[in-house]
Amino acid sequence: MKHVAEWALNAAAAGGASYADVRIVAQRGRALTTKNGKVGSASEAESVGLSVRVIADGAWGFAASAGLGSAAVQATAADAVEIARASARVKLQDVQLAAEKPVVAEWTTPHKIDPFSVSVEQNIDLLLKIDAELRSVAGITLAETNLNSNREEQWFVSSQGSDIHQTKLSTGAGYAAYAFAGKEIQKRSYPNSYGGQWQNKGYELIDELKLLENAKRTAEEAVALHQANQCPEGTFDIILDSSQLGLQIHESVGHPIELDRVLGMEANFAGTSFLTLDKLRTLRYGSELVNVVADARQEHGPGLGTFGFDDEGVPAQCTPIITNGLFTGYLSSRETAHTIGESRSGGTLRAEGWNRLPMIRMTNISLLPGKKALSLEQLIEATDHGLLMQTNRSWSIDDKRYNFQFGCEIGWEIKKGKRIRMVKNPSYSGITTEFWNALDAICSRDEWTLWGTPNCGKGQPQQVMGTGHGAAPSRFRGIKVGSAYR
Amino acid sequence: MLTQSQAGDLFDRIRKRSTADEVEVLFSGGRFALTRFANNIIHQNVAEENYSVSVRTAFGEKTARASTNKFDDESLGQVVRASESLAKVQYPDPDLLPMPDASEAPITSEPAPSRCFERTAKITPAVRAEGVRKIVNVAERHKLTTAGVFSSAESIDGIFNSRGLSRWHTQTSAEISITMLAADSSGWQKANSPDVANLDPSRLAEIAAKKAVDSARPREIPAGKYTVILEPAAVLDIVGFMFWDYSGVAVLDQRSFLTGRIGAKLFDENITIWDDAAHPLQSGSPFDGEGVRRKKIELVENGVVKRLVYARSTAERVKRSEYHNKVGPVEATGHGFALPNEMGEMPLNIVFAAPENPRTLDQMIATTERGVLVTRLWYIREVEPYEKILTGMTRDGTFYVQGGRVQCGVRNFRFNQSLIHMLSGVDAMSVPQRSSGEESFDMVVPAMRVRDFNFTEVTRF
Repeated sequence: MKHVAEWALNAAAAGGASYADVRIVAQRGRALTTKNGKVGSASEAESVGLSVRVIADGAWGFAASAGLGSAAVQATAADAVEIARASARVKLQDVQLAAEKPVVAEWTTPHKIDPFSVSVEQNIDLLLKIDAELRSVAGITLAETNLNSNREEQWFVSSQGSDIHQTKLSTGAGYAAYAFAGKEIQKRSYPNSYGGQWQNKGYELIDELKLLENAKRTAEEAVALHQANQCPEGTFDIILDSSQLGLQIHESVGHPIELDRVLGMEANFAGTSFLTLDKLRTLRYGSELVNVVADARQEHGPGLGTFGFDDEGVPAQCTPIITNGLFTGYLSSRETAHTIGESRSGGTLRAEGWNRLPMIRMTNISLLPGKKALSLEQLIEATDHGLLMQTNRSWSIDDKRYNFQFGCEIGWEIKKGKRIRMVKNPSYSGITTEFWNALDAICSRDEWTLWGTPNCGKGQPQQVMGTGHGAAPSRFRGIKVGSAYR
Repeated sequence: MLTQSQAGDLFDRIRKRSTADEVEVLFSGGRFALTRFANNIIHQNVAEENYSVSVRTAFGEKTARASTNKFDDESLGQVVRASESLAKVQYPDPDLLPMPDASEAPITSEPAPSRCFERTAKITPAVRAEGVRKIVNVAERHKLTTAGVFSSAESIDGIFNSRGLSRWHTQTSAEISITMLAADSSGWQKANSPDVANLDPSRLAEIAAKKAVDSARPREIPAGKYTVILEPAAVLDIVGFMFWDYSGVAVLDQRSFLTGRIGAKLFDENITIWDDAAHPLQSGSPFDGEGVRRKKIELVENGVVKRLVYARSTAERVKRSEYHNKVGPVEATGHGFALPNEMGEMPLNIVFAAPENPRTLDQMIATTERGVLVTRLWYIREVEPYEKILTGMTRDGTFYVQGGRVQCGVRNFRFNQSLIHMLSGVDAMSVPQRSSGEESFDMVVPAMRVRDFNFTEVTRF
């Protein structure tokens, strides 16, 4: 593909671009779902194309086309230059890019089993067995399952000499059981809501998730919620399970640290951030126990934010975001790094596909586990009166990322170290920094899971991206509970 | 642009490669460009051209879909094989119907007026930059910072099947969205249209700027139940969350808040809602995912839920179900998604009927003793599905109204509000207009004044 990229680079240079990079991307996806004993959808999709990103007259231009012939590629590059020159009509200063050494490299997601090597029959058979198990529980009125496989092969070539061939694989699966009765719909999901668990790895994830083994319990909980009391309203100590805490991290740490938001570049749609530049290394974001990293490296684990290189050729890195409670880092790019005094990008620029402009995206934004051995059961035993909340049901946060409200599928009231009853419709709310400063216990590594969020939306046109969030169950003191149902 | 004739040739090439009993091909794509600005400069500026073919094959009661954006012979052969391989390993679906033929899915004509305008299709990067320049000029005149988009597109949607059905729709669209930012306040406006001549960047910028200026130094007022005046964008973003439930499949699945409630008076007398793809202020194609013409359907009449929408197979399933005589007329309405899918159908061309005595926004404000004026809502999510409790935030222009006048900007609220209660407490509405938000699809909706809207928390700005 390098020769195709060079057609574009040469055309961009001939048009007067001072910088250009080309991404040629081939994506393949398979999506299987079932609903109430039948296959809901079965589809395969592929998309191949090229994009050219240029700087001309000191401003950005971007054009993309599915055509990979020489004439189409050169026309796309020329379009990108024309667009950049139009951008330059409304600029204040030239775009600056932080220096980055050119890279020639190959990288592939580590995996044991190529998900596309597993037959569709085998996948559907598994999903229908899960579906049958869910619906074997009296009171279940709707059962849904999904299994997804994705492959993205990308060639990145830049006018500064980078030539990177990268192949990423991801796998995801999950299910939900609904129980409608009276005037209420209750739901339980496994292993997480909204599509289950997703990671950048092969089909081996499916066996690890023990999907079938957990189906009956999941369905029974959905039915049992109808007999449970409403979650009480008031101020409580709460324990969040790791999947809910993963989403809490995503919304109240991951988004506000995006430097493009902070700089106002997303103000019209995704919003801005309370984390103005003066807060770097001065804001006490959380309690001393809170350590959060943005880690795209393979050694962090198979998160949806794990890669070899970002989409402007910067190697994967680990950036300390919150260190012993102090706010210490943003997610940055080559264009934005200088605004925080950095000489190098943090390597977070990613695009949804060949036809989308790379932008700052979360990598794996993870809360590091507690250093002292602590299981979830031990944390419950150490809680006098509180609520354990599991599995997200609703989520919302303001456009500066201060005020949030989350609902969960199920809650458990804890008294004197024991779960005394199930409660339905649990929810909690708060202000981001107050919440993280209320954290007083984090379970240890053996309770830590690197969750995948496959549906993070950002940008105009909107791009959907997968992000990773490692978390272990944690306890927060004095949190407002239940105002969603007031 | 891919033409209907070229698509027809592609369909013939695909059909020749297939051994399936039936073949259906969807075409979509076009040219899209978007100029994005922030901090009073253009910071992102993109364009793309792309088309996809999506091939559904059926063997008896088995069907599946595969898609590609490559149109060479080898790729077309591969996409047919992928679709057929997937289809052959499906379990038989007794609800799967034969594909519709042209007589079953008649289309009389394209919507009138036309949704395709050459002046929109021909917008260049320089034209968009000039529009942005006008917006930035307004920002600078008011000492504000602006961010937003100016986009333009020319798109196609087509469907062909082996029973002779052939449908084609072309459309243009242009959109401008503007945020104006001051030190402690902001304002927003957004509009779109198939015809760029309907968009005035300077006028939209002035409205957004006025909101930012007028809401500066926001006061904090306590959360609680307030009379709210929701501008049309706020109305569409919140009501959009209920239309997934006006689906036959949603009722069969018992995931709809309308389960057991069709025929009941759920909302105020003044609420009448249609789905009408042919409405002059609507956009989109006149046929659904199987090529069936989208019929005009009255979903709510004077507060009573009247009808649902149905894909072809959903209508047959409902006729055989316990709901067959409980949900009003049951027929294919032309609202189905492309098959196979698990969601069924949805109304996507929502039009609220004009009230008997429409009020302008200014009249609503002038007759409000104490309330909150809301420009826009944000990050709306469903908290409780059967009472339809939604949570979300106000954003970009929230004002305190007292004594019939806008008094000041206020800090933004979180709401937790039942949609059923909200639409049961509407005491004034404007003439519906085409409106665009960010949380739901475009609609023709009025501004509304609502009693006892439930704000539960206040944020820090």
